[in-house]
Amino acid sequence: MRFDNLLDSVGGTPLVGLPRLSPSPDVRVWAKLEDRNPTGSIKDRAALKMVEQAEKDGLLRPGCTILEPTSGNTGISLAMAAKLKGYRIVCVMPENTSVERKQLLGMWGAEIVSSPAAGGSNEAVRVAKRLAEEHPDWVMLYQYGNPANALAHYEGTAPEIHADLPSITHFVAGLGTTGTLMGVSRYFREHKPDVRIVAAEPRYGELVYGLRNLDEGFVPELYDASLIDSRFSVGPRDAVRRVRELLELEGLFAGISTGAILHAALGQAAKAVKAGERADIAFVVCDGGWKYLSTGAYEGTVDEAEDRLEGQLWA
Amino acid sequence: MAIEVRIPTILRTYTDGAKSVTGSGATLAELIDDLEANHPGIKDRLIDGEDLRRFVNVYVNDEDVRFTGGLGTSLGDGDQVVVLPAVAGG
Repeated sequence: MRFDNLLDSVGGTPLVGLPRLSPSPDVRVWAKLEDRNPTGSIKDRAALKMVEQAEKDGLLRPGCTILEPTSGNTGISLAMAAKLKGYRIVCVMPENTSVERKQLLGMWGAEIVSSPAAGGSNEAVRVAKRLAEEHPDWVMLYQYGNPANALAHYEGTAPEIHADLPSITHFVAGLGTTGTLMGVSRYFREHKPDVRIVAAEPRYGELVYGLRNLDEGFVPELYDASLIDSRFSVGPRDAVRRVRELLELEGLFAGISTGAILHAALGQAAKAVKAGERADIAFVVCDGGWKYLSTGAYEGTVDEAEDRLEGQLWA
Repeated sequence: MAIEVRIPTILRTYTDGAKSVTGSGATLAELIDDLEANHPGIKDRLIDGEDLRRFVNVYVNDEDVRFTGGLGTSLGDGDQVVVLPAVAGG
């Protein structure tokens, strides 16, 4: 496949069957390999779409500074696009993210502002909003509320899966900004409304939920609960267990959040088997495991890995 | 009927610091009433009018109750209930 430049190659990722993890020939699980994007994560889709839309709207002009709260992948994707398009970029990132994410952001030329570990991404959002007020000329693309984030999946991810797997019955993805689920769900609600949309939400250690009060909670502006059919909370233990199974049984080396998504996907598979129904379950491999080697998730026992992930933003 | 309820840090002022408490009820609404009887004040932090508060997520055996019948979600012996504040991902 040939492209004129790297940005043109975003999307068009493979969908691969997982015959060993699928419970039966009638209930099959399929992995959408989003780690095959230019910077190695699904966020390339949203980042590129948000930048293009902001350019179209006249918000982003040559020499502009982009600002974004991110736990890593969106920042890395934006930094790559910013480098190629000549923008400066400042990322606000919680300090309890893996060291590889910071290294990669730096490599692509992003400036990093650290936000406190307690409160996780909520704090990154808060700090970014404050910076945006202090620097009115900076352009915050704001992945949590930018419709272009969901649009990237409505126009890209969803039709790609539909074309490759017309018999799809379930779509399972991670719930962070909610962009992937919102965009893909909108597409299937229009084109194949019987597809069940399942969200897997990472459950972190207590530190991340250590808000000062409940009213500081956060629901992304993009989120529309009516576009989701079920939502599961998956802790680090199940995520690590599944991500290791994926490697062991199918040879796929994925990031920890993908383990959480696979866990929810296999839950749906088990349900279909029990109900005696056929199912084709597509789930998202958000990124590869490379960025998480330092977390210790892939070494030692599952107990040890679970302990090491305590307090980290692993998804 | 014993149901384990995991309490987030921010609500432990109502449970004398306990990370997890035991309650009973055939539905989530009944469970929350039962919690209120033993931990006065907690109900108001979870519920606003007839519904869960916007930034409160409740999971029964890891599934978000907003997709399983909300406060009417039925509960059984041995179920695990987790209460968490809504936080950002991404």
